[in-house]
Amino acid sequence: MEPLTSKRKVIESKPLNFLERAYLPAILSGLRITGKHFFRKSVTIRYPEQKREFSENFRGMHSLKRDEEGRERCTACGLCALSCPAEAITMIAAERQPGEEHLYREEKYAAVYEINMLRCIFCGLCEEACPKEAIYLDGDIVPSNYLRKDFIYGKDKLVEEPLNQ
Amino acid sequence: MELALIGFVGEKFILVGIIFGISLVVAMYSTYAERKVAAFFQDRVGPNRAGPLGILQPLADGAKMFMKEEIIPTRASSLLFIVGPSLAIMTACIGSAVIPWGQPVIIGSDYFDLQVADINVGVLYIFGVVSLGVYGVMIGGWASNNKYSLLGAIRAASQNISYEIAMGLSIIALLMVTGTLSLREIVEQQHGFWHHGYFTWNFFRQPLGFLLFIVCAFAETNRTPFDLPECETELVGGYHTEYSSMKLGFYLFSEYINMFVSSAVMSTLYFGGYNYPGMDWVNTTFGGTWGPLVGVGVLFLKIVFFIFFFMWVRWTIPRFRYDQLMDLGWKILIPLAIANIVLTGLFSTFFK
Repeated sequence: MEPLTSKRKVIESKPLNFLERAYLPAILSGLRITGKHFFRKSVTIRYPEQKREFSENFRGMHSLKRDEEGRERCTACGLCALSCPAEAITMIAAERQPGEEHLYREEKYAAVYEINMLRCIFCGLCEEACPKEAIYLDGDIVPSNYLRKDFIYGKDKLVEEPLNQ
Repeated sequence: MELALIGFVGEKFILVGIIFGISLVVAMYSTYAERKVAAFFQDRVGPNRAGPLGILQPLADGAKMFMKEEIIPTRASSLLFIVGPSLAIMTACIGSAVIPWGQPVIIGSDYFDLQVADINVGVLYIFGVVSLGVYGVMIGGWASNNKYSLLGAIRAASQNISYEIAMGLSIIALLMVTGTLSLREIVEQQHGFWHHGYFTWNFFRQPLGFLLFIVCAFAETNRTPFDLPECETELVGGYHTEYSSMKLGFYLFSEYINMFVSSAVMSTLYFGGYNYPGMDWVNTTFGGTWGPLVGVGVLFLKIVFFIFFFMWVRWTIPRFRYDQLMDLGWKILIPLAIANIVLTGLFSTFFK
């Protein structure tokens, strides 16, 4: 049969010569190699204390943004939930009451906003779908947990810290 | 007379206690060093969470071993199942009895001999103890009442017995040079470093013998590349498949004590023990109390180096296949050891 590739290498196995059979030269050269590695700087990062730099387009935990006056931008339009391929986002909308103008930017806001981090695939379609620039995946890696219910992140974990506090 | 006897016994008991403690601590920290050294060879950091630089890791490991459930299989022979690991760790510990740790220390007008027993068959004693080590493995594997443990034990025993022969033959050539079996005398013959225009250390008189001895020491302590008795990956765990908790811990621990003792034996027989260049000058400068203790420190440096070398080799080369292991032992090491004896005999006859 014709070979399927031109990158073919014929391996010939010769019987070992005396020095190869004597093990010792090979062992010594091996010891030299590992000896070099002994003094090499370790590549390990002590993770929870030190972190590697993320790339610029890294997508981590979601955050719900506030505008320049510290009001929540989200209007609970549901486009993020609609665009989500993993169906990880749910929300319940509510109407802004008089006197809450400093909390919510528009007349409608998300009373409950939940993302199931076990379902989320961090594709970033929600941040692309959002017309109000309210959600961004600019956070850290989502931490591990013991219970499945603790992976459902509500507004307490998602909404950005209020301004000047 | 009786008072002197009591003093003698008390002194020996203290010495035994100290040596026992030191060898246990060294073995304990060998486990830590092994993991740390392995990490360094692989460009990693190693254990670093328990205490500063992970220095408390052995304690954590020991606590883990003690806390684990102790399982004795119902069909196992319950007495021998316990005797196995006990024997393994006991034979590992008693080997250190004949090693001279230093020159006698003079405190006031008293001499303190830094050797538990200066018996005139020290080398033979070491060999006896090493041979006993096989029983721990064999009894443990047999008492488990498990075919695979038994096979593992037989594998381990046949390896140890095969390499004991080559080890004994390599020592015979050394004994032809030294002319004595007492470890104290062997060390004293290697006094200093340079005498009569040649090195005094036996390594320079018996380089081939040392090579054979160190290879056999690797095999006897079940270290890589000869760690077939306990290779967890390819063959089942081996003789300690059924063991759990601290009984398993004792088997693993005895390997490290064995490593310590065999490093001590190697430094004593071939690398001058507590001797080092310029020791006479040090002894006269620091006096009879502190001078010998410097020698003890030097001996421990040599031991630490050998332990490091054991680990270095472990993280460099893979283990042998079983037939290669037997080929090496019977077809290469034993003929080489015999050739070494013949060469040594010819040399000492014609070039005296």
